[in-house]
Amino acid sequence: MAASVAVEGLVKVYGDLRAVDGLSFTVETGEVLGFLGPNGAGKSTTMKMITGFLPPTSGHASVCGHSIADQPLEAKRCLGYLPEGAPAYGEMTPWQFLNFIADIRRPQNRAGCLDRVVGQLALGSVLHRPIDTLSKGYRRRVGLAQAMLHDPQVLIMDEPTDGLDPNQKQQVRQFISDMARDKTIIISTHILEEVEAICTRAIIIADGKVLVDETPEALRGRSRYSNAVTIQDDVAPEVRRDLAELDDVAVAEPEREQGLTLIPKPDRVIEEPVRRILQNHGLQDIRLFIQPGRLDDVFRTLTHHAHE
Amino acid sequence: MNNLQAIVRRELLSYFQTPVAYVFIMIFLLLSGAMSFYLGNFYEREQADLDAFFSFHPWLYLFLVPAISMRLWAEERKTGSIELLTTLPLTVTEAVLGKFLAAWAFTGIALLLTFPIWVTVNYLGDPDNGIIVAAYVGSFLMAGGFMAIGACLSAATRNQVIAFILSVVTCFLFLLSGFPIVLDFFQLWLPQPVVDAIASLSFLTHFSSINKGVIDMRDLLYFIILIAVWLYANVIVVRIRKSI
Repeated sequence: MAASVAVEGLVKVYGDLRAVDGLSFTVETGEVLGFLGPNGAGKSTTMKMITGFLPPTSGHASVCGHSIADQPLEAKRCLGYLPEGAPAYGEMTPWQFLNFIADIRRPQNRAGCLDRVVGQLALGSVLHRPIDTLSKGYRRRVGLAQAMLHDPQVLIMDEPTDGLDPNQKQQVRQFISDMARDKTIIISTHILEEVEAICTRAIIIADGKVLVDETPEALRGRSRYSNAVTIQDDVAPEVRRDLAELDDVAVAEPEREQGLTLIPKPDRVIEEPVRRILQNHGLQDIRLFIQPGRLDDVFRTLTHHAHE
Repeated sequence: MNNLQAIVRRELLSYFQTPVAYVFIMIFLLLSGAMSFYLGNFYEREQADLDAFFSFHPWLYLFLVPAISMRLWAEERKTGSIELLTTLPLTVTEAVLGKFLAAWAFTGIALLLTFPIWVTVNYLGDPDNGIIVAAYVGSFLMAGGFMAIGACLSAATRNQVIAFILSVVTCFLFLLSGFPIVLDFFQLWLPQPVVDAIASLSFLTHFSSINKGVIDMRDLLYFIILIAVWLYANVIVVRIRKSI
């Protein structure tokens, strides 16, 4: 099956800055791709090029098999896009604004589409107030409604949950996940828990280049905390010393409140030896927690190296 | 509904969502009335025509039309909505044309609302209504010329004040290009045929001949071609500069 979004050798140069530097990837139906990267890494610029707002300096992008440069209308038709900052026409009400989008998109079941997005994004109570007077969260939801109105095959959203409160974030993530099965979704975010919650794949970019392209689980596996063992109670100093002297333990870090975390050397598993030592000291009932790896740690390590 | 209609409708809706439309129409009606009665001596002339009314339109448009056109593209760029607009499935030409037509139609509405002065002159005397209709057409075409210039320059900047000032100056040059104030500047360093060509671009010359009731194809074509050329430039400017 053809990729829904294909990007090949995309480059964007501003003056002497290479904002995007040779990006290539494809995204298939059913995938939710999370774009991660420090501010200014080129996430938004890449999205602007895929959606046809910016012409690339070189390389090309296609959406649903339509080249955005050669068949822009066909490509844009199967695309829903939430630009950075969720811009809208502020003097209009959400109802007028969504009707304008429907005038342009002309979905088959117009009334049904309007009802659906108003319901999904809970816009009912603000439907007839100027968008300028709405809170940041509502404005973001109007932007999302606009992007999803025509039930597009490909959804590209630049920071979809920015400015939402935790409950709204949860709701938006939920329906992104619900939609994901028969769509292609690309989101950019700097919230790592979001990647874990909804993405099937994560691309970390820094300085316009792809650093990593893999599943969130694989990404987490890169963490030095992956398979680390946390002992959640305080233990006697001699136990601590025995644990720290284990062959496969790289570091023993005290936790903030109480207990300590034992970080294994790369690719080692230390759960068994730790249990054995605890047993020797008569502490077999102590609570252990095996760390799955921390994304923020991976993110920091990867993007930090890129800057050096 | 097609894309063009959708854009025209949205633009017109936005005008009337904000005080812009009402302020513009009120100021236009007040000024055009006051100018014809006080500066144009509408009564004292004791002639049943609307010369006193129409002769001030070029000067009114010089400031009022750029006030409408300045926001057309500069505001889209400032708020970022241009990114939304240009990633919808429509062409830049449709967007440029739709915005222009809406703004032009809006000045048309303001112009139509001056009908009381036409009623007045018919009540007071027996004017040649053919001339008046021709003058309305001429005035509307001239407004379109100003609007096309302003729309194009609005796309060149994200700052509405700059768009306004650039538009006023450019419109002023076009308005008076047949007069020494503009021609003297070009006469110094351009050959005479070019200076003559510039002189023939004057809004005032073309408008005043329509204003006399003579609808000459050349005068109509002048405004239509002027509008087309500036809108074409507008499309190019949007394509090149939309993201800067």
